[in-house]
Amino acid sequence: MKSIGSLLSEDQRESLKRNWHKFSTNPLSIVGLITVLTITFMAIFSPWIAPYPQSWGRWIDFSQASLPPSWKHPCGTDIYGRDILSRIMFGFRYDLLMAVCILAMVVPSGTFLGLVAGYYHGTWIDTVIMRITDIFLAIPSLVLALAICALLEPSLFNSMMAVSLLWWPWYSRLAYSLTSSIRNEYFVQAAELIGANPLYIMFREILPNCLSPIFTKMTLDVGWVILIGSTLSFVGLGAQEPMPALGNMVAVGSKYMPDYWWMTIFPALAIAFTILGFNLLGDGIRDLLAVEEI
Amino acid sequence: MVEGEILVVEDLRKYFKTAQGVVRAVDGISFSIKEGETFGLVGESGSGKSTTAFTIMGVYEPTGGRIFFKGKPLIGGVKKRPLSLKKDMQMVFQDPGSSLNPRKSIREIIELPLKVHKLYRGKERKRAEELLRMVGLPVEFLDRYPRAIGGGEKQLVAIARALATEPSFIALDEPTSALDVSMQAKIINTLLRIQEELNLSYLFITHNLSLMRNVASRVGIMYLGKLLEVAPASEFFHKPLHPYTKMLLSSVPVITEEEEKLKPKKIVSRGEIPSPVNVPPGCTFHPRCPECMEVCSKKEPVMIEIEPGHTVKCHLFNS
Repeated sequence: MKSIGSLLSEDQRESLKRNWHKFSTNPLSIVGLITVLTITFMAIFSPWIAPYPQSWGRWIDFSQASLPPSWKHPCGTDIYGRDILSRIMFGFRYDLLMAVCILAMVVPSGTFLGLVAGYYHGTWIDTVIMRITDIFLAIPSLVLALAICALLEPSLFNSMMAVSLLWWPWYSRLAYSLTSSIRNEYFVQAAELIGANPLYIMFREILPNCLSPIFTKMTLDVGWVILIGSTLSFVGLGAQEPMPALGNMVAVGSKYMPDYWWMTIFPALAIAFTILGFNLLGDGIRDLLAVEEI
Repeated sequence: MVEGEILVVEDLRKYFKTAQGVVRAVDGISFSIKEGETFGLVGESGSGKSTTAFTIMGVYEPTGGRIFFKGKPLIGGVKKRPLSLKKDMQMVFQDPGSSLNPRKSIREIIELPLKVHKLYRGKERKRAEELLRMVGLPVEFLDRYPRAIGGGEKQLVAIARALATEPSFIALDEPTSALDVSMQAKIINTLLRIQEELNLSYLFITHNLSLMRNVASRVGIMYLGKLLEVAPASEFFHKPLHPYTKMLLSSVPVITEEEEKLKPKKIVSRGEIPSPVNVPPGCTFHPRCPECMEVCSKKEPVMIEIEPGHTVKCHLFNS
């Protein structure tokens, strides 16, 4: 028994090594991975590694106000004298937290609906779920999010709700198309002929075979969710001052363009790098899984 | 219902609606399978033989006709059938690559029917080992995943899964067509041995006629959703009656001269199986038939019994 266990772990080690090799052949994937790891590290440890941790909140030091980038403040300071680099690190924290919360709401619910609709392909259940999905997809997502945020009180929580509401249909569509094709595989028919119940077939037979595309989409989506969240806070409907979300830092800074360019450019670059990093990583994972599937 | 018949199919029909029109995949076929025998269903691709198996098993709901299993009628598709029935009827699919879930270990795959039917509780592992031994696979396979074993071994696992609930009837849908020749022999021998040990009844579907000779006790020839000839296997190969049967038999490749002599007079097979959407009128085989008569394109022949157990559907014998 023990020998089988050690054999298996060796097998897994071997496949891990092989996958890493495949992943690392594309330098862009490595760039993505490093970017994502750096951003995540800064987000988690921002209170300890930020050069001016007090800059995250209501902190005013007019003696340091609106300083251009220097050795002391690599990204400059804002009009209240807060260090922008520190605020960007905290900004990663809020933006990543937002993305994780949104995906944690959107992925399970969207996948569940798509799975059910795909399993009951061609029945009224399919029709109801997928037509509702289509309706949500038909509304331009940003317009819907803006409408919801404007209706409710602008806050980080409400903007998260709004983005979730417009994001789940993509997962339900993805899970639907995967399920519709997997349910015709012989192993699903075999489980049906054996008499396994529909829940077992959906969650234990079909779902495990849908996970890798869904996981890939999740990685790619982190960037886009951050972008749309930033857009909302840019127009003043997301996170509110003094909370250092990247979007509202760009918004606040843009009032002082072009003289105090660093107030806008650095948070905007941070957004761009975040999205780029997650997209490169997602592409790498997608290539990896696509090869593995065959 | 005759004593000893495990499965009776009466006038079974399965139509599919498609964009091109209604496809009559199975169009009024009747046959019966006796306990412990292998009924072979032969036909070209698209003749409806797999659809027949899927309809009997309940993957498709029949458009018409009746199926009796152990004397009781089977109603509707698999979702409406009682659990006890699913325990008693199992199926082995054509493509072993897709019939095992790639995300599950062989153990999980074989133990699933035991768990669903609450059999061998607490002894699932022992039963799974026993099943693997029964199909001639090493017990170590239990902890492997389908991607780590070969195509023939996958098919043996699929057979072990089908046997798990101790069924009395198994539908085998071209169980060897996706495998290489050496593996085919192993699987056929395993199936025959298990049949003898457990007194199983098989519905064996294939397009390989020489395989039929070794496996089936009775054979039915299917063409465009209809049965053209049903006969005991020995008679079938020595005294084929239907021109289509003769055509199929004469196209079987042989090696020795003696075998060549056993074959019916060479009939060149011509044409291809027409689209099942646009079935020829009268006898569906008449456009390809070397002995086509005037009546063939006008009237459909009826199934008649020439000798006990040997029936044929052809105007040559209808007079």
